[in-house]
Amino acid sequence: MAGGRTIVGVDVGGTFTDVFFLNEADGSCDVAKVPSTRGDQSRGILEGISQRRNDIGDVGLVVHGTTVGTNALLERKGAKTGIITTEGFRDVLEMRRRDRPQTWGLWGVFEPVVPRNLRIEVTERVLADGTLHTPVDLDEVADAVRTLIARGAEAVCIFFLNSYANPENERAAVDAVSRIWPNGHITSSSDILPEIREFERCSTATLNAYLQPPIGDYLERLESGLKDGGFSGDVLIVQSNGGVMSVETARTFPVRTALSGPAAGVIAGAHIGTSAGFPNLITCDMGGTSFDVSLIADGESALAAQTAVDFGMVVRTPMIEITTIGAGGGSIAKIDRGGLLQIGPESAGSDPGPVCYGLGNDRPTVTDANLVLGRINAARPIGGKLDRLDSDAARAAITQHIAEPLGIDVMEAAEAVIKVANAKMAGAIRLVSVERGYDPEHFVAMPFGGGGALHTGALIKEVGLSKALVPRYPGVTSALGCVIADMRFDRVHTLNVMLDAVDTADLAEEMIATAVAGEERLKESNVAFKGIEHVFELDMLYVGQTHTVAVKLPVDLKGLRAGLDVAAIRAAFEEAYRQTFGRLLKGIPIRIMNLRVTVIGRRPKFDLAILGPAKGGSLDDALTDTRKIWIEGAWHETDVYNRLEIPEGAVVPGPALLEQPDTTIFVDPDLEGLVDRFGNLVISRKAR
Amino acid sequence: MTTLDPVMLAVLKGRLEQIADEMDATLFRSAFNPIIAEAHDASHGLYHAETGETLVQGKSGLPVFVGAMSFAVKAVIDKVAAEGITLHPGDVFIFNDPYEGGTHLSDFKLVRPFFRGGKLFCYLASVGHWHDVGGNVPGNYNPVATECYQEGMLIPPVLLCRAGEINQDIVAILQSNSRLPGSLYGDLNGQVSALELGEIRLSELLDEYGEDRINAALIELKKSAARLMASFIEELPDGTYSGEDWLDNDGITDMPLKIGLDLTISGDRMTLDFSRTSDACDGPVNISRSTCIASCYVALKHIFCDVPANAGVLEPITFNIPETSLLSVGRPKPVGGYTETILRVVDVMFQVMSQVAPDMTNGCAYGTINALSMAGYRKNGARWVMFSFFGGGHGGHPAGDGLNHGNAPISTATIPPLEILEAAYPVRFTQWALRPDSGGPGKRRGGCGAVYEIELLEEKADAFLFGERGKFAPAGVVGGGPGAVNKFFYPDENGGRAEPPMVSKMVGIKLRHGQRVRLETPGGGGYGNPMDRDPADVADDVRLGYVTATAARDRYKCVVSDAGVLDEAATARLRQET
Repeated sequence: MAGGRTIVGVDVGGTFTDVFFLNEADGSCDVAKVPSTRGDQSRGILEGISQRRNDIGDVGLVVHGTTVGTNALLERKGAKTGIITTEGFRDVLEMRRRDRPQTWGLWGVFEPVVPRNLRIEVTERVLADGTLHTPVDLDEVADAVRTLIARGAEAVCIFFLNSYANPENERAAVDAVSRIWPNGHITSSSDILPEIREFERCSTATLNAYLQPPIGDYLERLESGLKDGGFSGDVLIVQSNGGVMSVETARTFPVRTALSGPAAGVIAGAHIGTSAGFPNLITCDMGGTSFDVSLIADGESALAAQTAVDFGMVVRTPMIEITTIGAGGGSIAKIDRGGLLQIGPESAGSDPGPVCYGLGNDRPTVTDANLVLGRINAARPIGGKLDRLDSDAARAAITQHIAEPLGIDVMEAAEAVIKVANAKMAGAIRLVSVERGYDPEHFVAMPFGGGGALHTGALIKEVGLSKALVPRYPGVTSALGCVIADMRFDRVHTLNVMLDAVDTADLAEEMIATAVAGEERLKESNVAFKGIEHVFELDMLYVGQTHTVAVKLPVDLKGLRAGLDVAAIRAAFEEAYRQTFGRLLKGIPIRIMNLRVTVIGRRPKFDLAILGPAKGGSLDDALTDTRKIWIEGAWHETDVYNRLEIPEGAVVPGPALLEQPDTTIFVDPDLEGLVDRFGNLVISRKAR
Repeated sequence: MTTLDPVMLAVLKGRLEQIADEMDATLFRSAFNPIIAEAHDASHGLYHAETGETLVQGKSGLPVFVGAMSFAVKAVIDKVAAEGITLHPGDVFIFNDPYEGGTHLSDFKLVRPFFRGGKLFCYLASVGHWHDVGGNVPGNYNPVATECYQEGMLIPPVLLCRAGEINQDIVAILQSNSRLPGSLYGDLNGQVSALELGEIRLSELLDEYGEDRINAALIELKKSAARLMASFIEELPDGTYSGEDWLDNDGITDMPLKIGLDLTISGDRMTLDFSRTSDACDGPVNISRSTCIASCYVALKHIFCDVPANAGVLEPITFNIPETSLLSVGRPKPVGGYTETILRVVDVMFQVMSQVAPDMTNGCAYGTINALSMAGYRKNGARWVMFSFFGGGHGGHPAGDGLNHGNAPISTATIPPLEILEAAYPVRFTQWALRPDSGGPGKRRGGCGAVYEIELLEEKADAFLFGERGKFAPAGVVGGGPGAVNKFFYPDENGGRAEPPMVSKMVGIKLRHGQRVRLETPGGGGYGNPMDRDPADVADDVRLGYVTATAARDRYKCVVSDAGVLDEAATARLRQET
């Protein structure tokens, strides 16, 4: 590795840029938090690094989780993009899968990222079985390119029907486009996603093209900014699947960064949990408007095949499965016309935010309820934007909007808001655990981000989780995740063949070739790996079904070279199907839809114990205050601790509040928190 | 009786809804036919042990089932009482009788009694649209049926499972009456699994909270739903408001059929009077009373989105649906095209409600399901049936132009990917595009419908279409104009372009290799006066090809070049003249 021995993880959020330093030579760690610099995020990153390192030359590797892609998609700030497509099909992107944004209410609106006059058709056609029906007319392609350039397009996507089955026409068109297109911002649908389903492929490829210029520019600024600052090492970017990729790969496939930011947090969660002896966990990230949960089983996070960043903006690449519900600190509590207490989905967000921020919102939120109950310290707002929170305004809002309509006391009302919010969050946890056949008893909840730690105690009771684990620095979890994330390369290819008719020699050959190509991509960067793993999966189904089951094949490269047999594939399918649906279907033939190959370069992890608290000291030394807190219908005198001062091995009995700069933890009266050797607080039911 | 605090109630509401949602998800994932797996034409819920009323229903199932399923459960309750059947845990009834619980023969309902402490606690039910249930037309949208017997097999409520054991004789009877027995077997198993899962989840919830509390929650949720609906009605101005809409024909005689509605608001009650509706017809666009009520519920829930899926919502509403009308038929009147009629009921509800609450409604959506099937035999003798519903435009609305190419208001169905259709059937799409000038003019334009053109790749096949809106276009509201009518073309004997005599309904179209059928679907109705549309928006529509320059001049009085450049002066003059 060029440069020095420090690895830097960087998470750029809306408000703060978090930087995590790991010195590989002596294993020491450090964190920095600086304001994010909108417009040019690299300035904030450099500032963060220089806050702790005088010489950036010490840094050998910067790993970066970025929200640039996510924001460009959500705010529709990608490049002006054109599409060249098969005659008769220019509206695929706009017609979607004939859906609507909400089940109820017909007021949907959708504007595709590529307007209709930048979607141009050319003569060509491939049939579903790969037959070349009509060769591509390259003169028309050249005309289309000229039209798109004249109309100001900066990036282009080539999307032909059935190109997953035979990419010949599409490749010929890409070659023709490359000869004229003024820059490298060209995306081919069969290159980025050779998978059946035209809208999903077109959308993914188009969004990739749409992101190429802004992500390309961003990465260039970042790299040159770092270089100007004296950095000579490598930069890696976190993908939505939780693995990292080289800057070069990110430039080519920027759509893979769609969920880069949150993915890094989940990866950190997996490592922290596994190190602490809890490889089964559910990460919970409570933000201003939403509550995001993700399940990690046996140290591995679940991956989803696709996600919609917004209505009609579908990205189909493997991503860490994150379930989001509208229950955040800013979620608004109200009594509906039927007299029921509801929390969200309406939200005051972080601006204007809760009533207690005093920025103009007067409807009570979850954060207001926490403040009224005494669980948040009005004098110490998290995040550092405000000096003080306005408790009186929060009280007044809860009185007016909740307590009076229900005919109850304001304190009862505030507690009710929290309970219903907890129930909603518990529902999200149940959704990712119970409903997928995981027993919550075997899982621990891990809050990260600012707000979650106030609610985790209630969540473990409500859902029946065994424990909750609050990492030592919940606010920098994502930056930490960057430092330890593995490198990863995914590839999918639609095969669409009957299991009984599959040529296993061909299949094995394709699997090997894809794996080898992926490995080469990994080795392009100068990153050291502990080892390289290959995962081979088939998406399979009974003939007649449209949804597939992911079937992991129990083979490795060596095994593949020795051959692959149909009986083993069938057995793997039947096991996976039975696990999902509880029953097999007799007499129905089986089809293989897609092949998925993943190559993972395992990066060395570091011992989290170095984050742990100093030895010695006592719990009493960490006690800073006592405060009255409303719990279950009464005020309780509650101890308040400086969380980072609590020594290893100390047990904090509930009720207690633990404060630290980036979060506040509430331990319910019937729970207790144990500080482990990594500095995590492990909350569980009190021993009787 | 146990009383519940508001917190517990909110918590239990979420838990109960999750059970139904999870049953939905299980069937969607395991179903065989794309109508369930992709189009989500299915639904699950919990129903009252004595009345069959909907207690809780899943959020992702087909909206129209929300109202209809309670009638299906009631049919089972009545049968059990009439025949003195002793129920056991693990029993499952199956049937598709459309007069007992609504909709049409394609929808198979499975109803399972749920016991608690040896006593019947409630019913769990699952409904799903099967791919083929026999009858004259593959896919069962038979536009020329005059009796239900021509539409498919008709199964009355019978016991599919006795104490958890599936009666394989019933499965054999069902399978031998379908063109696609494998698909049927897969869907049936998916529905049985969904009910099993519901049983487990509900038991867990009862273990956790106890019967009394769950019962109290169910009662309170119904009351709260009724209060909520009543509070919305109370805010509307009292009075009687009227409107009508039309079906093209019944597929047998080319005569329009009227759906007439007089809606009266009086305090916190609403009366929906369908007396001015045409009598029952010979063809398959009749519906049963339960289906009519369900479709009114769907329209109301689109307007008042916050009301829950539970029987309480209908409490403040009185229905007057004459038994002689096509909205309240019994056996053996054909009902196979029920989707068309309920879409029309929804449309007439929107039109009348737009007079009462103009800022809460929207132009009508495209208003036809366009069930198009193509079927034949492959060279190896295997039967193939491609059956799908097609999309169209949504109406303009106060917040913007209507959605292009949306799904029908009665469902949340997505369309299968055309690449999947091409991979599964011997067809090739030659066009899959938005249809210019199909959106109704308005201050907020209706969304565009679509053009689908399909070419046959096998030697020969038959095509069938069941659609509507070929004569009567989707209406605009609050001064908005109508969308374009539905168009269908097929090759005649000489290879020329023919249109069906019944406009959008046709059976037995013979196709040969290389021949094409073409469907042009309606756009949505406009919202507000088109003269109030910003000329710059009209010019944009022309530039992007949603509206032609000719239509910009005729419908919006805007002078725009074909390239989309607005002539402001000429536009001002033209708008002044009008």
